Amino acid sequence: MIPLLASKLILKCLEKENVEYVFGYPGGALLPIYEAFRSSNLKHILVRNEQTAPHYASGYARESGKVGVCLATSGPGATNLVTGIATAYLDSIPIVAITGQVNRDLIGTDAFQEADITGATAPFTKHSYLVKEAKDLPKIIKEAFHIASTGRPGPVLIDIPRDVQLENVKNGSDYEDIHILGYNPTTKGHTGQIKRAIKKIKNADRPVIYAGGGVLLSNAREELIKFAEKNSIPVITSLMGIGAFPEDNPLYSGIVGSHGYEYSNVVMNQADLIINIGARMSNRATFKLKDFGEEIDFIHIDIDPAEIGKTIETNVPIVGDAKNILSDLLEQDTANDHQKWLDQIAQIKMDNPLVYDAAPPCSDLINPKVLFRSLSEMTSDNTTLVADVGLNQIWSALYYHVNKNRKYFTSGGLGTMGYSIPAGAGARFATINQDRQVFIVCGDGSFQMSMGELGVIAEHQLDVNIILIVNHKLGMVRQLQCDTYGKGHYSGTDINYDIDFMTLAKAYSLEAFEAKTNEEFNEIAPKALAHKGPTLIICQVHPDFIRI
Amino acid sequence: MEKKTCLSLLVENNFGVLSRISGLFARRGYNIDSLTVGTTENAEVSRITITVTGDEQILTQIKKQLNKLIDVITVIELKPEDSITRELVFIKVKADDTNRTQIVQICNMFRANVVDVARESLVLEITGTRDKIDAFFNMIEPYGILEFIRSGDTGLQRGANVLSY
Ligand SMILES: Cc1ncc(C[n+]2csc(CCOP(=O)(O)OP(=O)(O)O)c2C)c(N)n1
Ligand SMILES: [Mg+2]
Repeated sequence: MIPLLASKLILKCLEKENVEYVFGYPGGALLPIYEAFRSSNLKHILVRNEQTAPHYASGYARESGKVGVCLATSGPGATNLVTGIATAYLDSIPIVAITGQVNRDLIGTDAFQEADITGATAPFTKHSYLVKEAKDLPKIIKEAFHIASTGRPGPVLIDIPRDVQLENVKNGSDYEDIHILGYNPTTKGHTGQIKRAIKKIKNADRPVIYAGGGVLLSNAREELIKFAEKNSIPVITSLMGIGAFPEDNPLYSGIVGSHGYEYSNVVMNQADLIINIGARMSNRATFKLKDFGEEIDFIHIDIDPAEIGKTIETNVPIVGDAKNILSDLLEQDTANDHQKWLDQIAQIKMDNPLVYDAAPPCSDLINPKVLFRSLSEMTSDNTTLVADVGLNQIWSALYYHVNKNRKYFTSGGLGTMGYSIPAGAGARFATINQDRQVFIVCGDGSFQMSMGELGVIAEHQLDVNIILIVNHKLGMVRQLQCDTYGKGHYSGTDINYDIDFMTLAKAYSLEAFEAKTNEEFNEIAPKALAHKGPTLIICQVHPDFIRI
Repeated sequence: MEKKTCLSLLVENNFGVLSRISGLFARRGYNIDSLTVGTTENAEVSRITITVTGDEQILTQIKKQLNKLIDVITVIELKPEDSITRELVFIKVKADDTNRTQIVQICNMFRANVVDVARESLVLEITGTRDKIDAFFNMIEPYGILEFIRSGDTGLQRGANVLSY
């Protein structure tokens, strides 16, 4: 076989993994790879700061169901990836991060732009590799994509010294035989446990399905809908599970957790059987739940055995892929009449209504709850909404209705501000030729963390609509300060400098709109939606508009 | 209820495997009592023995989290009833003409060895189970222990059972 330069081989291996886009930023330790891009079919997207690169990859992965790829140079480029990799890890998003490293003989000498990135990211990568020899690249890249996308998905990092990229390799890019001794995720559910689950489901009077991000990751949405409908079991989701069950389905029963719906927490607390499918039972989600006593049965379906029993005791653990297990459960006759329970839930819902009203001075500007409700009515069934972190995230999660085929992405586990713009752009790259609307929702704080990425959105004329909630505050932290220390105890949460966002949008040639009232928003939004290309919709919300 | 447990792991000899394992214990707040690593019949595989203290729930989590590491091939618990575990210990003890013979007698009873003799000290070597070593320490302590090192447990399952992969 004709020897091939390792840098070219790397890109060839990526193409073999059906990679379309690489979100990256160059540097000295990546010169050979960037030279190889010139003769490759891969599309390289130059992000504006490596910190956002994993978020692009994450948005791309969540939208496409494929592995997202990001790339950064050694040292500062690599360390800039850290938060994004941790963000993907906590939300189990399959990404592969490739970093340049200093030459092999310099490793360990504190050379210029040397950083131990495999060490730094060990706590939040599913696995990582430091490539010692170029001939290992095909095997490593194949394994990395396999590990990232199978079992419980997650980020995998490949650190490649510069001189490895310059080696000549004879063995070609073919490597098919994946055999990792210590990695063999269980995907089929244990038949004994499934039998026990069926018995519990048959006997339950007040069952609830608690659906998490795992349902989306295993692509089990259809099976979940069928299973819930067949057995008339209500479905509650976690923040990461939004979109796992359409909100316009009559069995939909909201979002649980510290920022969920009041009524959903009440429903969950009255259940006698909880069927957890791919949710982590994190402290955020169980915040408002009473301790599950003996009288509650708990079925936990998860592909990661370590999640089962980690925070809550489980009577029926089922390790495996949600899609497989739901299909197994669907084959059984578990149907039961839960009308009384569904009536009870309807009553709970009526007793804990969503409150949309606001009083002056908050009502003088936009009511964000009403905004998201009206946005639900304006957008198509093929919408992806990518929310940032903060009040904007909670309002959009609660009041934007993720009906039909809509999707909702946010940084649920790590709560990383600055996620929405790059992740939204990544989602748009994944659907660039498809009929899909992408909304990015962010606060004025989070917007300023990733504002540089407007350059990418403008450059590629990505058809995204950015809804910027301007309240001149780091609103959610300010609310916490108020709740914890009392009204007026604010510190470090004012965004005092009044940015002219219209002018900023102009600098990037974005189509920009500004709304100070809901009426104005309702007028503007259809125009923004109709516009092909990126838009910025600036929405003025009163600083004191808090969640409740 | 807290208990001491001995885990035996087979791991792939990949770069960083030990730091991944120790990092896991550190970041999840599990206590390692001891950790030993050694080669095996396969050059690409190492065997690690870890003793940990924790309640049942923590121990289960530790096993599951270890299993999640890609480099970890298998994890088993070395239960006292069906495994052998031993520890190697060196103890440097104060000794002079007045008590050297007494110390050597104690060593004989425990089948410990004297591996270094000096005018004012002895270095003793003992291999055994934790109970035996504790008892030995108990006997030697009064003479004045200058320093010691315990290797940590290492072990295998009894019988023809092997950790396969
Ligand atoms: C990177 C990062 N830093 C800090 C925080 C803590 N934090 C959570 S919400 C929030 C305020 C967000 O402000 P903004 O984006 O304006 O949204 P708002 O709550 O005002 O809608 C902060 C600082 C975080 N989640 N992420
Ligand atoms: Mg704000």
